Amino acid sequence: MTTVAATKKFIEATGNLAVAYAVKQVNVDFISAYPITPQTIIVEALSQYVADGELKAKFVNVESEHSALSACIGASIAGARVFTATSSQGLVLMYEELPVASGLRLPIVMALSMRALSAPINIHNDHSDFMSMREQGWIMLAAEDAQEVYDLTIMAFKIAEDERVLLPTVAAMDGFTISHTLQRVDVLDDEVVRKFVGERKARFKLDVENPLTFGPLALTDSYFEFKRQQHEAFKNSEKVIREVFKEYEKISGRKYEPLKKFMMEDAEVAIVALGSTVGIARIAAKKLREEGIKAGVIGFTLFRPTPKVEINETLKDVRTLAVFERHLSLGAVAGPHYMDIISSLDKKDDVKIYDYVYGLGGRDITTKMIVDTVKKTIEKAKKNEPMEVEFVGVRE
Amino acid sequence: MSFNKSWKEMEIGAVVKGGSGLLYKTGNWRSEKPIIDYTKCINCLICWALCPDSAILRKGNKVEVNYDYCKGCGICANECPTKAINMEKEEV
Amino acid sequence: MTLEYKPITKLSDLPEENLFTSGHRLCAGCGPAIVARLTLLATQEKPIVVNATGCLEVGSTLYPYSSWKVPWVHVTFENAAAVASGIVEALNKLASEGKTKEAPVIAIGGDGGTFDIGIQAISGALERGHKFLYICYDNEAYQNTGIQRSGATPFGAATTTSPAGRVIPGKQERKKDLIGIVLGHHIPYAATATIAYYRDYINKVRKALSYNGPTFIHVLAPCTLGWRYDPSKTVEISRLAVETKFFPIYEVENGSLKINFRVPKPKPVEEYLKTQGRFAHLFKPENRHLIEEIQKNVDENWARLERIEKAGPIF
Repeated sequence: MTTVAATKKFIEATGNLAVAYAVKQVNVDFISAYPITPQTIIVEALSQYVADGELKAKFVNVESEHSALSACIGASIAGARVFTATSSQGLVLMYEELPVASGLRLPIVMALSMRALSAPINIHNDHSDFMSMREQGWIMLAAEDAQEVYDLTIMAFKIAEDERVLLPTVAAMDGFTISHTLQRVDVLDDEVVRKFVGERKARFKLDVENPLTFGPLALTDSYFEFKRQQHEAFKNSEKVIREVFKEYEKISGRKYEPLKKFMMEDAEVAIVALGSTVGIARIAAKKLREEGIKAGVIGFTLFRPTPKVEINETLKDVRTLAVFERHLSLGAVAGPHYMDIISSLDKKDDVKIYDYVYGLGGRDITTKMIVDTVKKTIEKAKKNEPMEVEFVGVRE
Repeated sequence: MSFNKSWKEMEIGAVVKGGSGLLYKTGNWRSEKPIIDYTKCINCLICWALCPDSAILRKGNKVEVNYDYCKGCGICANECPTKAINMEKEEV
Repeated sequence: MTLEYKPITKLSDLPEENLFTSGHRLCAGCGPAIVARLTLLATQEKPIVVNATGCLEVGSTLYPYSSWKVPWVHVTFENAAAVASGIVEALNKLASEGKTKEAPVIAIGGDGGTFDIGIQAISGALERGHKFLYICYDNEAYQNTGIQRSGATPFGAATTTSPAGRVIPGKQERKKDLIGIVLGHHIPYAATATIAYYRDYINKVRKALSYNGPTFIHVLAPCTLGWRYDPSKTVEISRLAVETKFFPIYEVENGSLKINFRVPKPKPVEEYLKTQGRFAHLFKPENRHLIEEIQKNVDENWARLERIEKAGPIF
């Protein structure tokens, strides 16, 4: 297949091809993945790089996503730098191995082209696969466009492999919307990337002269302590992620923060989103300002660990929020972003947050829908209405 | 046997040193103990090879029972071709 | 990596060191423990072991202890072959850059992890041709969770999920032909074995590791608790399984099947069945016909193996 070539400082690439390019530059040792729409192009492009000798990695074509992550776990224990990619049902077939990768403290990096979960089967974007990973001990990053997913994929390796962290990390993008849309992506030189990520220095080795046991049975007298250690690793990762973002800015000129802020300096109402919707929200905020409503946008780049510090800082003066969730937490009071924001805020009495579920199964979200929803939010806040999840874009 | 280290003192990821099983003795599981009659032993090593608990020690072709770990299953006695091993009631 | 095949003729040819150490919590008289021990005695170079969830895994690595004096990895139940694939290929890549040393890789799983839940990952790994040995220690039920039937449980055996009831007398389905499935992948070496024929098993492990490609050994490993017999009889019963032709011992090298133990005067299968509580209900008058059926199945299976042996290479 046609991959992208580095003839200049930028490439024209879809989100999927941008990920593959980043993975090639990071010079992974091992890839195991299984094709699934809309992620397939990542594995095709990487296979091509390997077939052309541009990437000297082992690519193991497994028979399922479950085996993909299992093979990655084996390779990571063996000391390799490891990558996998998946989407939707593929992710949930991997599910059993997600907490294992984290519990064994393996810095595996995954790209996720976010897609709705069955049933009914649907190939288009929402965040239900991504959100299902919340409890499984992965650091979770989300991109707004192809540029971000390129950058975040590179940074994911450096974060995951940091000795203070050693946690698997996912860099996600919206399926089709980003994964299949051609964009200009500014890229770094191979050498710059390789120097940035360095070589993986595995904490343990599979060495017959110094035999170690990985994955023993840990019962009531030890299991809890290992979970406490993982919690600490997430605490440590907050610092490491910010360091890596800063370091990456130095080599790329592109600034990353756990939360993206747009026109938030004087905002009176904030639109909260994750993924490509952040871009639409920016346009919506501008329109709202044309109408005299001081709107701003908060976009989640870092989803786990929850960027508590930034949530508090950013919402210091903005107390009205319209939270857009491309995921429906069935049976829950509100969606994950709502829960995260509420639980992060040190002072919550005066905050007015309203939760909106939109875009499930790839349903379009338009600027107008966001504008109208923000106006509705302001009205609800004025009347001090209680929060009840509302749907945007569904036929009632 | 209780384990009471703080999470700060434990190696991450539950990684364990291989062979540390030896620190845990299983000899008190036993209700019968194998006794080797060396006058009958022909050093065939069958008991050594087939002991599920690696509790028959071998020095060259000589064998002896390691009672720290022997669980008293009696496979050694059952398989001994010269009936050189007898199972005797463990005294409590 | 592959090793030169050096068969042993006597037990004293083996190294003295126990790489599978004492102190594990497997039952007294555990068949799978003997498999683990013989496997590590057999390997000419220290291997890396990948263990599927099961009795052997749980019983040998209770934190902070481990009875494995070789690198050992457990991930989950159904994926030992997939994990082994990753290890083999990653080590090969890293070794080609001088960053690590390769070692033989052995994946080991029980009949649950092999016949049933793990069969997909095994098929994938055999098809891809990684250089590793897969060993199935077969104790013919999910013994770790308390004796539930598996695809390896023989016809007629009582387990907690195929109990001998007033209406249904134990498991109604026959044991899966595991080697038949494995051979569908045209791998260079596959064999059956049992712990009673320890020299045969040890040499099969050595031979398997000498092949350049995936290899497979299916080893019968009696379970004192699940089969209901005295712990001292583990090896004796595995011997009887061969002497009654209940569990034929054979190997398939590059598609050619060879029966390793001809039984000149095979004992009736009854001799085997009567040693174990799991078959006790078959001896009731109303179930005697089932023993005849088992005998018929055993004879047919033996005749089938002889036909294949005589016919020449199957691939």
